[in-house]
Amino acid sequence: MNITVCVKRVPDTETRIRIADDGKEVMRDGVKYVLSPYDEFAVEAALQLVEEAGDGQVTLLSFGAEAARESLRSGLALGAHKAVLLKGEPTMDGLATARVLVSELEDGDAGLILFGVKAVDDDQQQVGPMVAEMLGRPCATSVTAMEVGDGVVTCRRAVEGGQEVVEMDLPAVATVTKGRYEPRYASLRGIMMAKRKPMVEKPAPEVEPGLVVERLEYPPRRPEGRIVGEGVGAVEELVRLLREEARVI
Amino acid sequence: MADVLAVAESKRGVLAGISREVVTVARTLADSLGGSVAVAATGASAAGLGVYGANRVLNVESPRLGAGQVDVWAAVLADHIRCEGYQAVVFAATATGRDLAPRVAAKLGAALLTDVTGVTVDDGEVVATRPVFAGKALARVRAQGSPVLLSIRPNVFSPRESPRDAAVETVTTDADGVAGGYRVKGFEASQGVALDVTEATIIVSGGRGMKGPENWHLLEDLRNALGETAALGASRAVVDAGWRPHAEQVGQTGKTVTPKLYLAIAISGAIQHLAGMRTSGVIVAVNRDADAPIFGVADYGVVGDAFEVVPRLAEAFRDLRDD
Ligand SMILES: Cc1cc2nc3c(=O)[nH]c(=O)nc-3n(C[C@H](O)[C@H](O)[C@H](O)COP(=O)(O)OP(=O)(O)OC[C@H]3O[C@@H](n4cnc5c(N)ncnc54)[C@H](O)[C@@H]3O)c2cc1C
Ligand SMILES: Nc1ncnc2c1ncn2[C@@H]1O[C@H](COP(=O)(O)O)[C@@H](O)[C@H]1O
Repeated sequence: MNITVCVKRVPDTETRIRIADDGKEVMRDGVKYVLSPYDEFAVEAALQLVEEAGDGQVTLLSFGAEAARESLRSGLALGAHKAVLLKGEPTMDGLATARVLVSELEDGDAGLILFGVKAVDDDQQQVGPMVAEMLGRPCATSVTAMEVGDGVVTCRRAVEGGQEVVEMDLPAVATVTKGRYEPRYASLRGIMMAKRKPMVEKPAPEVEPGLVVERLEYPPRRPEGRIVGEGVGAVEELVRLLREEARVI
Repeated sequence: MADVLAVAESKRGVLAGISREVVTVARTLADSLGGSVAVAATGASAAGLGVYGANRVLNVESPRLGAGQVDVWAAVLADHIRCEGYQAVVFAATATGRDLAPRVAAKLGAALLTDVTGVTVDDGEVVATRPVFAGKALARVRAQGSPVLLSIRPNVFSPRESPRDAAVETVTTDADGVAGGYRVKGFEASQGVALDVTEATIIVSGGRGMKGPENWHLLEDLRNALGETAALGASRAVVDAGWRPHAEQVGQTGKTVTPKLYLAIAISGAIQHLAGMRTSGVIVAVNRDADAPIFGVADYGVVGDAFEVVPRLAEAFRDLRDD
């Protein structure tokens, strides 16, 4: 079974976000970009499933700027077989992104299409199930482990208070979160081989976004805190403050 | 039409508390748009939500709406929204709502704003504020087209009473248009996890400075002293070490939480951890290193050894409750 993994290039989680002068975008210079951490889990899941089955290929698909090439190469270095880059500028509108991805996915032969549970830039958490709806396929979200059986895939999902088990008919879609799939590191050989793996680039279709970012702001600063004291001696005063000043207990 | 639909949430036959927040936001929007509020619920009656401003309550039943069948619920909701022509639909940004809302949005071809923390109407259009980059920035976003779907972050909008005489209807549907192919097989409750971090109003979160899972009884004891709405959280270092389950991880690659009170015990306060908890109401930090970055966001800090401070703190909270 072939598997396609949709991956997004996002600023590293260490990055300090600086808002550009127009107040609508974040500054890109000096920012280190990475594959979104949850997408790494999805790539790992795809590699493990294909290795277990002993057949099938893993394709990476990204909609993004030309620089997303690097991120795709890093996924190829981990063992994915080929990559497709739809060149364009993604917006916060997940529906528009889903439409772009579907333009490529609808003619594909992937038995499973995997996503990260969310991209850690816009944190919209929506593209995976949207793509599934557009393709008319079942979709499990927040998946921690998968088992492929005869025409079905059984998923464990992280839900409030526990794990839910869901069975889906193939072809299917899943969004992956932390669980069984700890990302591997690229080997030197993997990095060398990635340079020769196929990467198709084409312009993304134009899709009008339904969401417009009018302004970005820094979150309000938290009021200056204070050190109540040292060691057990501070406990009494802390409890008093929580009760009388903050009134939270 | 300028009506607004609130999608209530229930769990094991009980209406979830967040439903009140969802209706409150729907009421605010409807007042600005000049429409009325309907609530849709399944699994538990939403009749009580008239208090928060619902004009109409739809309790939906279907033999196919078993627990967790989000595919069926999404299809039923999309059909209803299409028929009634709502201008806005409000969901809860809980695990359930985050799973449900994008499905409904795609069926309707509607834009979706996830995890909204503020919302207004401007020029007849919905304008929402939502955190991006894990809370390192806030985006003010205008949604075009109708309907507009949004999910609201729990614990941000306080429920506000605005009583209406809600007409309660029971709607039965066979949901036969649903494709199927998605079958919920079972649910396994996490061991010992009573309350999810995202649902708790108080969180006791432990970091690597707790030294090992064998010391977690200290944090459990503190949690217990804080009552039934308190939950345990953890830093990623703790989860990666296998001391605690990922369900408890707070941060950029864990849960985003907004409790009333967040206690960070022996957590250094890395940027990815702060991303998940910096919008908490009140933050308390206990750390033996006075220079730990966590003190930069803490309202109240105690510099000291967690192994000494935590038991004393539990004792003090217990004394308070006994009074
Ligand atoms: C892509 C990515 C995503 C990440 N996502 C997350 C995330 O979602 N959540 C998250 O938490 N982290 C995340 N991290 C990890 C983060 O960078 C930190 O490594 C992690 O938060 C550190 O955990 P900690 O504070 O428990 O441990 P440490 O940084 O080791 O801090 C331990 C603290 O305990 C204190 N201490 C030690 N002993 C005692 C004692 N006896 N009493 C009191 N204090 C004591 C020390 O002074 C220290 O401040 C992520 C990292 C990356 C790269
Ligand atoms: N521009 C993109 N290109 C490829 N995949 C994407 C893109 N945006 C989002 N995704 C996928 O959708 C998931 C959820 O993203 P989001 O809905 O933006 O949080 C991500 O983890 C990716 O797997």
